[in-house]
Amino acid sequence: MTSTLETSNLTIRFGGHVAVNKVSCTFRPGELTAIVGPNGAGKTTYFNLISGQLRASEGRVLFDGTDLTKQSAPQRTRAGLGRAFQLTNLFPNLSVAENVRLAVQAHRGVHYDMLRPWMVRRDLIERADAILDSVALSSRRDVAATALSHGDQRKLEVALMMALEPKVFMFDEPTAGMSVDEVPVVLDLISKLKQDSSKIILLVEHKMDVVRSLADRIIVLHNGQLVADGKPEEVIASPIVQEAYLGIAPGRSAA
Amino acid sequence: MMILSGDRPRSRILSVLLLVIVVALAVTPFVFPGAKAMNVATKICIFAALVASYDLLLGYTGTVSFAHTMFFGIGSYAVAIALYAIGPSWGAVAAGLAIGLPLAALLALGIGLFSLRVEAIFFAMITLAVASAFLVLASQLSWLTGGEDGRSFTLPELLRPGTVFIPKNVLGTAITGRTLTYYIVLVGSAAMILGLLRVVNSPFGRVLQAIRENRFRAEALGFRTVFHLTYANCLAAVVAASAGALNALWLRYTGPDTTLSFAIMLDILLMVVIGGMGTIYGAVVGAAVFILAENYLQSLMGAASTAAADAGLPLLPGLLHPDRWLLWLGLLFIASVYFFPTGIVGRLREMARPQAEG
Repeated sequence: MTSTLETSNLTIRFGGHVAVNKVSCTFRPGELTAIVGPNGAGKTTYFNLISGQLRASEGRVLFDGTDLTKQSAPQRTRAGLGRAFQLTNLFPNLSVAENVRLAVQAHRGVHYDMLRPWMVRRDLIERADAILDSVALSSRRDVAATALSHGDQRKLEVALMMALEPKVFMFDEPTAGMSVDEVPVVLDLISKLKQDSSKIILLVEHKMDVVRSLADRIIVLHNGQLVADGKPEEVIASPIVQEAYLGIAPGRSAA
Repeated sequence: MMILSGDRPRSRILSVLLLVIVVALAVTPFVFPGAKAMNVATKICIFAALVASYDLLLGYTGTVSFAHTMFFGIGSYAVAIALYAIGPSWGAVAAGLAIGLPLAALLALGIGLFSLRVEAIFFAMITLAVASAFLVLASQLSWLTGGEDGRSFTLPELLRPGTVFIPKNVLGTAITGRTLTYYIVLVGSAAMILGLLRVVNSPFGRVLQAIRENRFRAEALGFRTVFHLTYANCLAAVVAASAGALNALWLRYTGPDTTLSFAIMLDILLMVVIGGMGTIYGAVVGAAVFILAENYLQSLMGAASTAAADAGLPLLPGLLHPDRWLLWLGLLFIASVYFFPTGIVGRLREMARPQAEG
């Protein structure tokens, strides 16, 4: 079974600006691909094109043999694409548990059941609690999402994606703005996900130590174009990355 | 308690307040049998259901609709026209409902699918336009709707005031067709409100709240939000139309001013805000407070004005003159929004919270 995610010639233009320019890339199960590049390189836009928040001007997104290019974000989510957002994107005034329960509900396909009280679906609540436990948020389950610390909000963001049990996990800077002691929780989570060889994991990340410890492969975006693709050590060492991403002139070693 | 769908009042004062309102409404025909009191009680019942259905939209999904009186009017006109055209029979009432409710649902479906995909302001504008068009239509199609005069009709025999079931002996009040109509309105409204309470606390209702909180995120979780919003819109329309049908049965008349006017739309908005958005219970409290103030503030002020004049106080008799009642209603509204931004129900729940946790 080969359920690969593929973008072919994926392009989007905003007026005259080409934010993502003919990016062709295939992602395979059991592989964690880190997407790196300087600010404004088009990493998040590339994610938005894959998960459906933006529609491509040109090119296609293929998953599991089906063409997702014309599908809406909810359709792509149901097809198995999960996304954790860079700017925390939660239901601010609902409780932490309710945030996750809604994601579980979405995944279980309970959309239009309006005749029973929600508490009757114990299974959804229990599943949500189990996920909260795995991201170490159980103690905060009854507070409003907006009352969480930034790091906890990031963890909740990841919990929402996990509740969807996707085949593709898309992390957009999962550790951004986290305090040092919070980062390991998220990294452990990602490492655990990696052990499941049927999952495709995409990770946009600025911290090179995180990338180095987790990634099986790195692709580099620069000005919307794919400029490098390969094993972490090769890509990091390549001159184009040293120059384009790390801003270091070739010949000098990266820290 | 499953009849409340697990969503209790969560405030002792609110529970007592709701109990007082419900008991008062239940005993009105026996304790306050006068025509005015009965009209006020009926209006509270009907508007509590109408406002609750509006709360489903405004409070739970965050969409602003100006077409709610239109759906109210559709139900009202459907029953009125059916009874007028077919004659006073239960078949006519059934025909009116069978035409009115699906018509309201279809119209809501059309408006929803057409305009709920995009930004909320567009939906608000569309509903405003459609509601205005409907108002013009209702007053112009005289052959059907009776134009500005509306339609008066005769009720089926069982519901007529002249039908006496038990002559004057129960607590000095006769039980007539009017009493029966009142209880049909009361039970019908209560069923609608409890039904709405169930819907907002169902998995579906939870998605509505998620859409209100963050529609983008709800989409990203895989919910097709357009359909959720459209279903909610249809449901609110059907409840509003049902409330309209009850209104027609009580008034034995339907006209533009009693169902379609924008003044009523404004009243609905005020009631939902005063009561507390996104609570359903707020609709009951809001309707009761608003309609009582609307009907009794004038006489209260009249009494106060006379008392002030007798006491020889300057300025006050003029300020409290019954003709100034709208001024005081306005001030009451501003005060309630200022002091209870989350409505009466929201405020009562906030007050109750620390005790619950302590």
